[in-house]
Amino acid sequence: MLSANRPLSPHLQIYKPQLTSVLSILHRFTGLGLTLGAAVLVAWLIAAAHGAAAFDYAQSMAGAWYGRLLLFLWAFALFFHLCNGIRHLFWDAGFGFELKTVYLSGWTVVIVSALLTLGSFIAGYWYLGAF
Amino acid sequence: MSDTRSALARTRGQGAAKEGLRHWWGQRVTALLLIPLVIWFVIGLVIHTGADHAAVTDWLSGPVTYGLMLVLLGAAFWHGALGLQAVIEDYIAGEWQKLSLVLLSRLVCLGLFVAAYVSLTIIAFAG
Repeated sequence: MLSANRPLSPHLQIYKPQLTSVLSILHRFTGLGLTLGAAVLVAWLIAAAHGAAAFDYAQSMAGAWYGRLLLFLWAFALFFHLCNGIRHLFWDAGFGFELKTVYLSGWTVVIVSALLTLGSFIAGYWYLGAF
Repeated sequence: MSDTRSALARTRGQGAAKEGLRHWWGQRVTALLLIPLVIWFVIGLVIHTGADHAAVTDWLSGPVTYGLMLVLLGAAFWHGALGLQAVIEDYIAGEWQKLSLVLLSRLVCLGLFVAAYVSLTIIAFAG
């Protein structure tokens, strides 16, 4: 069936990135990242079950610069996957397929997930007593 | 190698496994369940930013938190397992590699859920 000199259709790298395709692959990437994040959440729960010393160690890693950076990325991944997932559920129900609506909902997802990420971090720092 | 079977004989049994509908609905139902649970959990985490062991285990020990955490993690790892399967099936071509990776990813998701379940139970009942 497969022959080496068969003509191939143009692949991904030839296309100009568009909001629709970028958000589509970002949904998949954030989903993969969140599965990894859920595994780290389980590690955090295991530390909490183990005792105060193990939990303090886990908290010190979460509070280090790399911990805060990862938490920021995971927060954005979570809010993006949540918002874009709701967008997907509307499509599943048969709504929002017009090109104008697709772009409008796409930009809404980007802006809302960015605002929720920043908002949750500002609230977190406020609970830490940063201001 | 020439195949002497008829076109019908060759094509029989090559159709869909009729498993897709269950996968599709499972992904959507867990997605719907996760919308309120994830929002609830993020609020709980933000409130406990920088909290010590006593405060966090006190929060996780509450009967409502304990129950909701189990549903959240059960739905999350189920949703994650279905998502990983979709990605594996899209990018892994070899049949046995595909099957092994799907099984392995399911085993990892199950194991992580069990670890979370045991941890939450220790925190709630033995802490």
